[in-house]
Amino acid sequence: MAAPIASLIELCADLESGRSSAVALVENVFARADEVDGALQTLLHPRRAAALEEAAVSDARRAAGRLRSPLDGIPIAIKDNIVQAGEPASCASRILEGYRSPFSATAVERLRGAGAVIVARTNMDEFAMGSSTENSVRGPSRNPWSLERTPGGSSGGSAAAVSAGIVPLALGSDTGGSIRQPASFCGVVGMKPTYGRVSRRGLVAFASSLDQIGPIARSARDCALLLDVLSGADPGDSTALPEAALESHRALDGDVSGLRIGLPKEIRETPGVSPEVLTKVEEAVAELERAGARSLEVSLPHTRFALATYYLISTAEASGNLARFDGVRYGFRASSDGGGVTPMYERTRSAGFGDEVKRRILLGTFALSAGYYDAYYRKAQQLRTLLLRDFEAAFQHCDVLALPTTPQPAFRIGEKTGEPLSMYLTDVFTVPANLTGAPGVSLPCGFQDGLPLGLQLMGRPLEDATVLRVADAFQRRSEYHLQRPPL
Amino acid sequence: MPRITREQVLYTARLARLRLTDDEARAMTRHLEAILDYAAQLETVDTEGVEPMSHVMALETPLRSDAPQAGLSADDALANAPGSDGTHFLVPKILDSETQA
Amino acid sequence: MNASERYEVVIGLEVHVQLRTQSKLFSTAKVGFGDAPNHNVNELCLALPGALPVLNAHAVELAVRAGLATHCRINTHSVFARKNYFYPDLPKGYQISQYEQPLCSAGWLDVIAAEGEAAQRIGITRIHMEEDAGKSLHEGRAGSAVDLNRSGVPLIEVVFEPDLRSARQAVACLRTLREILRYMGVSDGDMEKGQFRCDANVSLRRHGESALGTRREIKNLNSFRFAAAAIEQEVAAQAEILDAGGAVVQATLGYDVDKGRCFVMRSKENADDYRYFPDPDLLPLKLTQQRIEAIRATLPELPEQRRARFEQDLGLRADDARVLTASRTLADWFEVAALAHGAPQTVAKWVLRDVLGALRERDRDASALALQPEHFAKLLALQDAGRITAKGVRQLLPELLFEGGDPETLLRARGLEAVSDSAELEALVTRVLDENTAVQKSYAAGDTRALNFLMGKVMRETRGRADPQRVRALLLGKLER
Repeated sequence: MAAPIASLIELCADLESGRSSAVALVENVFARADEVDGALQTLLHPRRAAALEEAAVSDARRAAGRLRSPLDGIPIAIKDNIVQAGEPASCASRILEGYRSPFSATAVERLRGAGAVIVARTNMDEFAMGSSTENSVRGPSRNPWSLERTPGGSSGGSAAAVSAGIVPLALGSDTGGSIRQPASFCGVVGMKPTYGRVSRRGLVAFASSLDQIGPIARSARDCALLLDVLSGADPGDSTALPEAALESHRALDGDVSGLRIGLPKEIRETPGVSPEVLTKVEEAVAELERAGARSLEVSLPHTRFALATYYLISTAEASGNLARFDGVRYGFRASSDGGGVTPMYERTRSAGFGDEVKRRILLGTFALSAGYYDAYYRKAQQLRTLLLRDFEAAFQHCDVLALPTTPQPAFRIGEKTGEPLSMYLTDVFTVPANLTGAPGVSLPCGFQDGLPLGLQLMGRPLEDATVLRVADAFQRRSEYHLQRPPL
Repeated sequence: MPRITREQVLYTARLARLRLTDDEARAMTRHLEAILDYAAQLETVDTEGVEPMSHVMALETPLRSDAPQAGLSADDALANAPGSDGTHFLVPKILDSETQA
Repeated sequence: MNASERYEVVIGLEVHVQLRTQSKLFSTAKVGFGDAPNHNVNELCLALPGALPVLNAHAVELAVRAGLATHCRINTHSVFARKNYFYPDLPKGYQISQYEQPLCSAGWLDVIAAEGEAAQRIGITRIHMEEDAGKSLHEGRAGSAVDLNRSGVPLIEVVFEPDLRSARQAVACLRTLREILRYMGVSDGDMEKGQFRCDANVSLRRHGESALGTRREIKNLNSFRFAAAAIEQEVAAQAEILDAGGAVVQATLGYDVDKGRCFVMRSKENADDYRYFPDPDLLPLKLTQQRIEAIRATLPELPEQRRARFEQDLGLRADDARVLTASRTLADWFEVAALAHGAPQTVAKWVLRDVLGALRERDRDASALALQPEHFAKLLALQDAGRITAKGVRQLLPELLFEGGDPETLLRARGLEAVSDSAELEALVTRVLDENTAVQKSYAAGDTRALNFLMGKVMRETRGRADPQRVRALLLGKLER
């Protein structure tokens, strides 16, 4: 029986001491996947042969004393919307059937430059649109803590693969909570960095002003190490921050004395929040207070409009971003039956996209169309301004915000598929970080009926290291992140 | 008065190059109406004089130098094409009524 | 009574001009012309999943130059927006353009419709930056074929106010714009390569009416001749509709070059809904006032300014100044030569007649001139010094102009040095007279043809290297004695 793979920190120690090798780690990954992934369905396109080869090269580097980074030889899985040269990138959509990217995402180049070994791509909601990984042409992924439940989404495959101990690290993307919500549902740590911290070049765009690539791992420390490799300016992305790469792992000193933690009072007023969730978040804050932090109540009056704002802005941007999938240059094409190019477009896109993607394209197209732009799109952009002002005001008084990642733990597969709006409501606490550009991390803070719950910490834009330092400080004082699902 | 009618859904679908069956059009209309009803809460906020925000980044767009770099080979460019004659992408005949200037 | 007497013609132009860059507007793919299909492309030109745009600095500089040269306000904050529509040669499904906040606004151009007419000031609403689409080929195929080499090539769109009142004026406006943009190095403006293309909005109204009539837009006019013909034809067509009591219906037209007539491409009923919104893959384009002034400082003189200076400072006639400033290359060449020589009017006379004549003969433009303008000045100076005759200059010019070289060396090599030595010439005249005593007698008897005969003899002996005026004077001096 293949044991779940250890955390990054442990693996680094094993490699350094010679107790393990990069090749052994990759073998561990696929042995574990063979055992549990039939049920979980987290991995797409495993790169067995290529990964073993790359691992052997890493071992040779280690033997020669030429390691590239702490991540050298560490296996990692990447979400299927982050392109790698020569590999498929389907975004879990039929419309990208058979597509292979001729170029690599900057994040992928940085991983490979650091010596990490990419073992597979991970399942997701089609084009990252969804909160359950049910909207995948490959079928749903499942939650390692309870197979009849979803792992969350859209980076559900990445979060579940880390949770199940298949890989120690994975990349996700987060447009409205797509890293943090599945991390919460699966009992792992997931971070959406400050907007622009990680280059979006090579991330298949959903909503360009909100999308961020981020790390998913077993601990805040592992996340920090991975984020440090991913971060840094990129001349290939106009929206990347001009800042140099982070060294956030050096900031993880466990010290939170004097830290001010803001508790948004609107959280308790949000309908449908589990009391258990609120209790666990309060307990986590109390633990940090014992470590020297203090808490205070803050107000973010416009957060109750954040979800509607998010769905108008993200779908408007998506309606443009997904126009390129037209069956002309790549991917799936339906026949036109000789009726010109328009029927070809319509048939290709109607058969190539799933229902949720079509719904969001329609919503976004409508919000931008003549006569509705001001009422919907422009109005949402104005709300975004008001929301940002709320957060700027709150961060005058506190250093981080603490709130639940989701109102409830993981829901059942099929439970929300008929009602899009109820699915959208699971993102209510995560979308503000995307709309305001702030860094946000979700980390395990307890259980409800055997299902993990997530604490979300948000920081000021650019203060990714602060958020990770607080998350790490909590993990030094708690063991929720060390729990393993009963697989 | 509904926030979005079936006709508007069908018009929007045409703009987005999506074709909906009757059942899909009915379901989409219902879903979009529910979402737009929810979004109607934004109408309660006074946004008079509030600057719309396209981006949280208060930066300016970076510029790059005008130095051409090798792109894709024509073979690589066409490698993923569903229709190609080896030099061009091939699509169904563009009708006169579809022509864009 | 023709249409323009019954109605006032109102024309607005929208001109797409390709910027003179090496790489595309938002990608590093090469800009080329005539390359094999789909060779100048990268992931962005193909809109591959994950590809992102980054703005070309030189394209911005050229667009700012265009704005400054046309007296526009340069906006320190402008925004790129997506114009959404589906078409096989538009890979992203949207064109990145500028919509609500363009780079340049509110400029003008002074346009002279015909020689001798007063200049009309034509307003420019805006100039914005945008990317070009690829090419769809429909000819003789069951399907259409797409070449994306042009996809993403940088353009500016110059939008004029509806200030133009005739096809002739519209074409003059296009010519003036093209001349300025070529002068500024903004664009090569080669219409055959599609680097300068125009859409014309045409409407008619009764004289004295202030409201504009319903307009129709003619798309993609890619030569001055077609632009004139299409606009004239459209004016006549609209007049005919109005004469018959009908109403013009808004539409988008194409111009069929072969048939020489406009046809309806799209009517208003299926007008597009482009859903413009700010492109979230890009941030606002910001320019400091300092940067704008720095670009202004690099601007070459505008043709209209140079023309005025040639007239006032060099004393050229208006017509001559216009011809000499028609292209920046010619004007630069002329100006260097004129300065080196010191008598601009003399140099102008030679350039206008002989240099331009030689260029016309070979169907070339001033860029074909291999002769250094300083050497041209030297050649004229040699003539001033009597070391070569005007005829000699004309003999040497074709070779010198297209191959270059030091005129003095060539003049020696060809033995064209003028016989300027007075003693030598006088001896020659004396000898010819001595050999033709009979002709001398005819002259004395009043036969004036005798002088021409003697002139011919002397000139033949010098193989044309002598100044005819001097020969004539010498002969007369001796004959009359």
